[in-house]
Amino acid sequence: MANKTAESISREEFFYGHKACAGCGGSLAVRAALKVLGQNAVSVLPAGCMSAVGFNFPQLCFSNNSIISTFAGTASMLTGIEAGLRAKGYTDFTAVGFAGDGGTADIGIQALSGAIDRGDNIIYICYDNEAYMNTGIQKSGLTPFGARTTTTPAGQNIHGNIREKKNMFEIVAAHGIPYAATASIGYLPDFIEKVRKASQIKGTKYIHVIAPCPTGWGIAPDETVEIAKEVVDSGLWYLAEYENGRFILNRKPKQFTDAAAYLRKQGRFRHLSDEDIAHVIESRDRKWEYINQNFTYGG
Amino acid sequence: MKPYLREKTAFSFDEVPENTSFEAGYLVSVNSGWRSIRPVIDAAKCIGCEQCYLYCPDGVISVRDGKAEIDYDFCKGCGICAKICKIGAIRMEAERG
Amino acid sequence: MSKRFLSGNEAFAEGIRLAKPDVISAYPITPQTIVVERLSEMVEDGSLQSEFIHVESEHSALSCAIGASAAGARAFTATSSQGLLYMAECLYYASGGRFPIVMMNADRSTALPWNIYGDQRDSLSQLDSGWIQAYAENAQESLDLALMSYRIAEHPDVSTPFMVNLDGFVLTHTYETVEIPESEQAARFLPAYETENRVDFENPKNLAFSAGPDHNYIFKYKAHRGLLAAADVIAETEREFAEIFGRKYSGLIEQYRTEDADLILITLGSIAGLCRESADRMRMQGIRAGVIRIRYMRPFPNAEIAEALRNAKAFAVLEKDISFGNEGTVFTNVNSALQKAGLNIPGQNYIGGLGGRNISAGNIEAIFRGLVSGAPRVSFIGIGGDGSGE
Repeated sequence: MANKTAESISREEFFYGHKACAGCGGSLAVRAALKVLGQNAVSVLPAGCMSAVGFNFPQLCFSNNSIISTFAGTASMLTGIEAGLRAKGYTDFTAVGFAGDGGTADIGIQALSGAIDRGDNIIYICYDNEAYMNTGIQKSGLTPFGARTTTTPAGQNIHGNIREKKNMFEIVAAHGIPYAATASIGYLPDFIEKVRKASQIKGTKYIHVIAPCPTGWGIAPDETVEIAKEVVDSGLWYLAEYENGRFILNRKPKQFTDAAAYLRKQGRFRHLSDEDIAHVIESRDRKWEYINQNFTYGG
Repeated sequence: MKPYLREKTAFSFDEVPENTSFEAGYLVSVNSGWRSIRPVIDAAKCIGCEQCYLYCPDGVISVRDGKAEIDYDFCKGCGICAKICKIGAIRMEAERG
Repeated sequence: MSKRFLSGNEAFAEGIRLAKPDVISAYPITPQTIVVERLSEMVEDGSLQSEFIHVESEHSALSCAIGASAAGARAFTATSSQGLLYMAECLYYASGGRFPIVMMNADRSTALPWNIYGDQRDSLSQLDSGWIQAYAENAQESLDLALMSYRIAEHPDVSTPFMVNLDGFVLTHTYETVEIPESEQAARFLPAYETENRVDFENPKNLAFSAGPDHNYIFKYKAHRGLLAAADVIAETEREFAEIFGRKYSGLIEQYRTEDADLILITLGSIAGLCRESADRMRMQGIRAGVIRIRYMRPFPNAEIAEALRNAKAFAVLEKDISFGNEGTVFTNVNSALQKAGLNIPGQNYIGGLGGRNISAGNIEAIFRGLVSGAPRVSFIGIGGDGSGE
């Protein structure tokens, strides 16, 4: 029985033997993307989960050329590698970065913005697990409203994170980037197609993939993929693309699944009051109103 | 080429590289000790649909002759494969010993 | 060979044109900016074939250069002051990874208070970052260092990034006649960069990785050994440079009338010329004065300084730097050299030129006279002794 997606990517494993937690969504995103890009991908990973679990000499878990960058320097190192290889006469390679949510939306946003501004020919993939997981679950700019982290404790007075998730996808799109997309590891074929599409476009490409962290989200390791599907199905995340100056919505749920149920099954949201959940749903509905007005629905 | 286990795991002073670059995909330790439960494939049920292969975060599942196989050296026992398998061909069993 | 009237910055840019870096990451900061402006013009007119990257910060400037170096390319960037401090994380990254990047730093005061003029607190604060650090005195030496720096940094025994320091404004913006080598000569002097510390599609690498306690200190030891090895490579490089270009340099330090000197003034950078003139005047007054100009702060010329001071009665260090709460960092380093050599020579430390404040010939003569009379151990020129170390 042929699996179309499996057939479309390399049979090789490029990220293997790493020490990520069992059920790590980030490692699945990296693994899948490299199976699209192949042996000539040069991966750049900043300080963070994926570099910590994959690069501890002499246990080196990438079989393609890979390098750790500074925390803030994913995009700038990608720029240097791309320019350096090009200057040395190489043409058949893909410079790809894998940075977490903190490494992208907080400390790395300046370098990312610079790379997009220059139009550097790189793919930047943000694996978003919605907090600084490598340091032990602290709030980042991509932590959603209400989430308990170790720096946004849920108490009587404050119920976890009081800020909304930063809208990286549209921030990136506002640069006039050739290609940007959102994805989720719960919809892996969609993510894989987007990585492939990105690899065929010249200039800067950005893919923002939701990659749940069982440890930080307070779910069982076997729930990673399901929850990554559910965040899309409940309308709290969406699958979209930005190309040629237009926003395209790839998936439009006819009816959202129960957002409250999505939240309640995760340890990080367990403390939320009914009002808090109503607030999350209200924000979701506002967001979808905006999406329906401004995004074209299409495959 | 997949990263694989090497025989040489200890490095003397002279063998430690001069700079921070080294052969890609060099593994010296397995992850099997992390498991408390292990996925077991029911070959009779497996139809080789490769969903488990696709969604495994550790890439330890491959399909050979239409049946899924697991590299237990590197499987961490997360159970994603058992959940993703629509036909119930993978069950999680407690690790013994 | 041609002769042109160039500022220090322009001379340095000419040296970089001859060194032909593959990648230049450029970000402006006073008083370095002219270097990247000139390089952009060279790329525009086709006389330099480099990827010229307009980075958005100094952190990215060096991060980009590290990426380029990891791709096997020759990389250049330039900075100053706040920019150097902003990229500090990447300084350690480049040296720990053994990426032989060359960077020009226009030595400038560090905020606060804000100030764009020259002193050496920026680069001297980064002595521990693992870079070779050279201090040029004039525009010719700046150009020559631009060329020599790559050969030294890229030498397989060294594999260490190289920071060339030019005093802000006093050197970066002052014009003098400079000899510019022919590009054929430069190509003969500086071979193409070859390394295994790079992305390799035939034999893929994992680079810039982590190393736990068992191995981490071995990597650090080897980086230290690489920087120490630069001393011999500098000597060898200068010999070959003299053969090809006819200009001689004297290694880690430059000495002036020190053979028979009782009093020796040690300094670095562009103030050395005034120090030499003062020494001459002191000698006319019957005081046997000499000058050491430190050309390289890393690797530090421990043996060379101790040897040069061996028969001196007293020495002073004049530096545009202060390590708050202690003394000038150059003074600390010089005293360490003497201690290791078993020499106990009285020394004084003069802090001057901070924030671009002028150091006059009179100030320097006063330093020599202070060595006769026995002034405080640490003094700020124009303010006086602060009593520390007394």
